[in-house]
Amino acid sequence: MAKMVLSKPGGSRSNKLRRNEAIAGFAFVLPWVISLLVFTAYPVLASFYYSFTQYSIVQEPKWVGLGNYTTMFTADPAFKVSVYNSAYYAFLSVPLGLLSSLGLALLLNMRVRFIGGYRTLFYLASLTPPVAGTIIFIIMFQPRGGLINGILGWFGIQGPAWFTDPNWSKPGLILLSLWGVGASSLIFLAGLKDIPAELLEAASIDGANVWQRFWRITIPLLTPVILYNLVTGVIASFQVFTSAMVIGGTTGRPQESLLMYFVHLYRNAFRYFNMGYASALAVVLFLAVLAITLLIFRSATRWVFYEGELKS
Amino acid sequence: MDQAAQPITTSRVARPVAVAGVAKARRNRQRLIKNIVAHAVLIAFSIAFMVPFYWMLVSSLKTNQQIFTIPIQWLPDPPRWENYSEALNYPNFPFLRFLGNSVFYSVSVTIGTVISCAAVGYGFARLRFPFRDTLFYITIATLMIPFIVTFIPTYILFKNFGLIGSYTPLILPAFLGNAFFIFMMRQFFLGLPNELADAARVDGAGHFRTFWQVMLPLVKPALMVVAVFTFLGTWNDFLGPLIYLSDNKLYPLSLGLYAFRAQRTTEWALMMAASTITTLPLIIIFFFTQRYFLEGIKLTGLKG
Repeated sequence: MAKMVLSKPGGSRSNKLRRNEAIAGFAFVLPWVISLLVFTAYPVLASFYYSFTQYSIVQEPKWVGLGNYTTMFTADPAFKVSVYNSAYYAFLSVPLGLLSSLGLALLLNMRVRFIGGYRTLFYLASLTPPVAGTIIFIIMFQPRGGLINGILGWFGIQGPAWFTDPNWSKPGLILLSLWGVGASSLIFLAGLKDIPAELLEAASIDGANVWQRFWRITIPLLTPVILYNLVTGVIASFQVFTSAMVIGGTTGRPQESLLMYFVHLYRNAFRYFNMGYASALAVVLFLAVLAITLLIFRSATRWVFYEGELKS
Repeated sequence: MDQAAQPITTSRVARPVAVAGVAKARRNRQRLIKNIVAHAVLIAFSIAFMVPFYWMLVSSLKTNQQIFTIPIQWLPDPPRWENYSEALNYPNFPFLRFLGNSVFYSVSVTIGTVISCAAVGYGFARLRFPFRDTLFYITIATLMIPFIVTFIPTYILFKNFGLIGSYTPLILPAFLGNAFFIFMMRQFFLGLPNELADAARVDGAGHFRTFWQVMLPLVKPALMVVAVFTFLGTWNDFLGPLIYLSDNKLYPLSLGLYAFRAQRTTEWALMMAASTITTLPLIIIFFFTQRYFLEGIKLTGLKG
């Protein structure tokens, strides 16, 4: 590298230059070092510490050992409800989100006119402020007189009560999340554009049809992007908060059906001021998400295709 | 079927031309049908994605009753423009003020993030100092730490400093950097040629001047990417203001809208007017900075 020229050992002058550069370097990254210590390292360690205490902010934290963790698994029924709700949400919204964003990306990859305009329209929805978007959905999904059930009525379908029916509130929330797939579909689209056209042409000359090209070339070359969207999707889905809060508040109306894990955590921290217990909830979620992410990465060696493999 | 089965009526000279003409016409027709189908599908999806926006705008100009009529009322009749002036000056929920707070909050965080991430990214990319790479790997690793495990102790920390109820906890951290954007800025600075910086050094510019006057102007597009995404994220932030702010005069739009919905549960039309006020600035900004959004998304997806 050209930079090496500067660092050639050459007496005290170059030593001084190097020291100057090191000092400048530290100065440039200093704000971030402070941030790492104060807003990352300390809070992570403190979260683990608080999770072993009873702490209401007003009083000093009191050590209770594994007390919070045993409470969670034995004496807090809302914990189980929130785990179920979040798992339900994640297991449906993540795969559906992946499928629909990939589908949209394939549509946007077609060579037709005005494609940039369509791309803008799909993406716009994902920009909507979550609180506003959620309220729009509440209005559209009103059981009586709402737009969606009105449209379903055209086809003679009696629409469900959506956000007022505990059986339909989570599917409604998942539909809301799908409205925002525009952003991840653009990530897929960037991946699709990276697929060399010669590869697809060569395959079609060899007689591969559309399906074969899709499954044998497009999908394998897209697996790194699928992995990225899968991991970020899983992490985000377990932290879903705003939409659930706007619809169901801290009690997860209707009937705790929208009591998501993060809502339960928020309620314990900022309504009940059980900072210790809330920290334990945070630690459990962190470890769970970490475990799932590692599992996905582990499985990735079997299904993710990296271009480097082509050469070897 | 093989060649022999074909009729031999056409003359030897005319045949290839005729076949080519027919084939061309058929290809054109196929392409036309393909185009029509493609646009039909794209338009159908566009409508599905745009309906919520449309419904927000239409509902913001209706009365509360008109929003939920059967059959569906597609246009406001007559449009109630007063909904907007009412929402902007609603007692206890002054959305005009919330709008100002949102602008203040988003602009401050954006300025802080752009400056800090550019400087830190530059340090990681262009200057050599002990433990630089270790520090950088730690930075990347922190991307894996979800917000959920840091926000309670951070809150307690600010509480101990008596800063709850102000914008300080929401804005101050931005001035110290953001792991993802630092990573992004570093990649940009790494991509710049060495000659320019070297020339500036030879001319006697210090490290800071080299950064500020020579290198920074070269990464303007990257700074814009950081700026638009930070602005968007801050404008849409809900949890931060929810935790740190209590006086409703200080609320940004997202939190004001949430509180309004919780307390004025049946003011649907005003909720939609306020939602439009919350959404519109982002859409306007998006139309002026579209290419930076698209650029940023490409960067996010870079090889996982």
